Amino acid sequence: MQLNSYTPETLLRKYKLLRREMLAENIQWLDKRIAILGGSTTTDIRKMLELFLLSYGIREEFYESEYGQYWQDAMFGTQELLEFHPDIIFIHTSNRNITQYPIASDDTQTVNALLEAEYNKFSAMWDKLAADYKCPIIQNNFEYPFWRLLGNADASFVSGRVNFITRLNLKFAEYAQSHSNFYINDINWLSADYGLEAWSAPYYWHMYKYALALPAIPRLGESVANIIKSIYGKNKKAFALDLDNTLWGGIVGDDGVENLQIGQETSIGQVYSEFQQYLKAHEQIGVILNVVSKNETENALAGLKRPDSILKPEDFIAIKANWNPKSENLQEIAQELSLLPESFVFIDDNPAERAIINQEFPLVPTPEMGRPENYIKAIDRGGYFEVTSLTKDDISRGIMYKDNAARSKQQASFTNYEEYLRSLEMRAEIKPFIPIYFSRIAQLTNKSNQFNLTTLRCTQEEIQHFAENPNYITLYGKLQDKFGDNGVVSVVIGEIKGTELHIRLWLMSCRVLKRDMEFAMMRELVREASCQGMKTIYGYYYPTAKNKMVQSFYEKQGFTKQQEDKEGNVVWSLDIASGYQGKETAIHIN
Amino acid sequence: MKREEIFEKLNGVFQDVFDDKSITVNEKTTADDIEQWDSLEHINLILAVETEFGMKFTIGETTTMHNVGEMADIILQRIS
Repeated sequence: MQLNSYTPETLLRKYKLLRREMLAENIQWLDKRIAILGGSTTTDIRKMLELFLLSYGIREEFYESEYGQYWQDAMFGTQELLEFHPDIIFIHTSNRNITQYPIASDDTQTVNALLEAEYNKFSAMWDKLAADYKCPIIQNNFEYPFWRLLGNADASFVSGRVNFITRLNLKFAEYAQSHSNFYINDINWLSADYGLEAWSAPYYWHMYKYALALPAIPRLGESVANIIKSIYGKNKKAFALDLDNTLWGGIVGDDGVENLQIGQETSIGQVYSEFQQYLKAHEQIGVILNVVSKNETENALAGLKRPDSILKPEDFIAIKANWNPKSENLQEIAQELSLLPESFVFIDDNPAERAIINQEFPLVPTPEMGRPENYIKAIDRGGYFEVTSLTKDDISRGIMYKDNAARSKQQASFTNYEEYLRSLEMRAEIKPFIPIYFSRIAQLTNKSNQFNLTTLRCTQEEIQHFAENPNYITLYGKLQDKFGDNGVVSVVIGEIKGTELHIRLWLMSCRVLKRDMEFAMMRELVREASCQGMKTIYGYYYPTAKNKMVQSFYEKQGFTKQQEDKEGNVVWSLDIASGYQGKETAIHIN
Repeated sequence: MKREEIFEKLNGVFQDVFDDKSITVNEKTTADDIEQWDSLEHINLILAVETEFGMKFTIGETTTMHNVGEMADIILQRIS
């Protein structure tokens, strides 16, 4: 369900109905336990967070601290919270929770001491929570105060409250920079965007001890939900973009390429240029751009080749400009890129096209674009690509997809697939987990759905735990070829039980499908297992709505089926005591 | 707006907030009559009523209203 189309008031009013409807949807839920530690009332914050998480396919159980008990709960714990075992802790505090502000006459030294004391109160709590619960922590920073004793000097005097909060927020950000499982929910920005006056409406504080206005709570809930869905790999990955009246003003086929509105000559042209710049910036965070347009390909390219077009044909991974239904084109692009259609955000000024995509792919967001000058806002507020970590892989994803396109061309020149694979000159690095890849490995366990045998989701802490525990064999696989580096693309975790190895996790990124990487991984796993005296390897397949492609994975690897229950969960085994002959591959290992 | 129309709209608001299509309110209805109507739901109820009628209650009103009839009195006063 797309909640963005409801007003905040409607979300609050129809909470129960919307919750009931979403829970009745037949989708594969990701179940998570979320602890909300509040410095003010949290009831409706919990409800709105819940709605947005449900809309992302995350079903949750909640723990809510007693009113205002966030710090006590964190520092001294409660039996209930300990037994709750949170997957995520969200600390909802606001400037109402600042213990002591400076007074106007305070000197720098005094203010610095106050700042340290305030910061230490929080950082001690985060350290304690991280040690006790080993789970991601989401912390609000602070909104500005809604009154200023010093007027504008509140921002520049060291004793000003605006200055104090600005410095405190910077210190929170520094903590986030040096702690990997810690995320800031930026209410400083949210309240500015919403309007500080409306956000801070004192009515809600004095009536109900809400630190923000009730109608602002859906925005807060959405923001926290965006961080959580990003942590669990539910971000979108790509744009499918219309051209006419979306990337430029006018219709290239009718008006002619020279009459399109783009560039600095006219106001409307500037609007489209700024929008293109906004889209192009997404390359920096690994979001890939594609075109889905009803156009002659020739015209589409002519538009993109205009010297004043910010986006050039080479900025796109796939360009589908034809007269087929857009739903078909989207499906095709998804297939070519080994992505699911629901990984796309569909951008089109035409409501009719959006409606069709909505109908065909209910999980693909189709933001209501409004007027061209509002396009950026329409996309940006959706939080589709919320960044919680930025790995090297994210940054170079566009390049990898382009490399893939070059590989496809090369493949077309070979009649024999084996020959093609050999021509790629593939080299793999397959080794036990090492710290520099922990975050990428955790990210893969949360993102990979299709080539994933058990769909075991792991946090970075858990990955580290597997790496350090001698009862586990871990392997990551990194694949390079003459066209480029694919980065870490496969992850395996096996648990040692006597002379048996049980494969708890086996996944591979779809970007290296049909390269025999899975056979190279198996060879290394068998070799490692044999070295450690294992005699039998057990593999598990747990079916989900998305992992049908690996249903017979273990069979292809030479395993024997042991049992299958009525849900389709299958246990496979492979005897390695009497030697193992894996498939020969064209990959050079290590 | 007539008093009956206000009650008709109020019914819709109460039905949504408490997710119960069988709820109808009258002059004498109080929080005791609706099982789910506790102090936390009261907050949402007030906002939903305010949004429905495009008006705001004061802090004094929010804390002293005794029944739905008094709520309707304030609404009538404010929007006429």
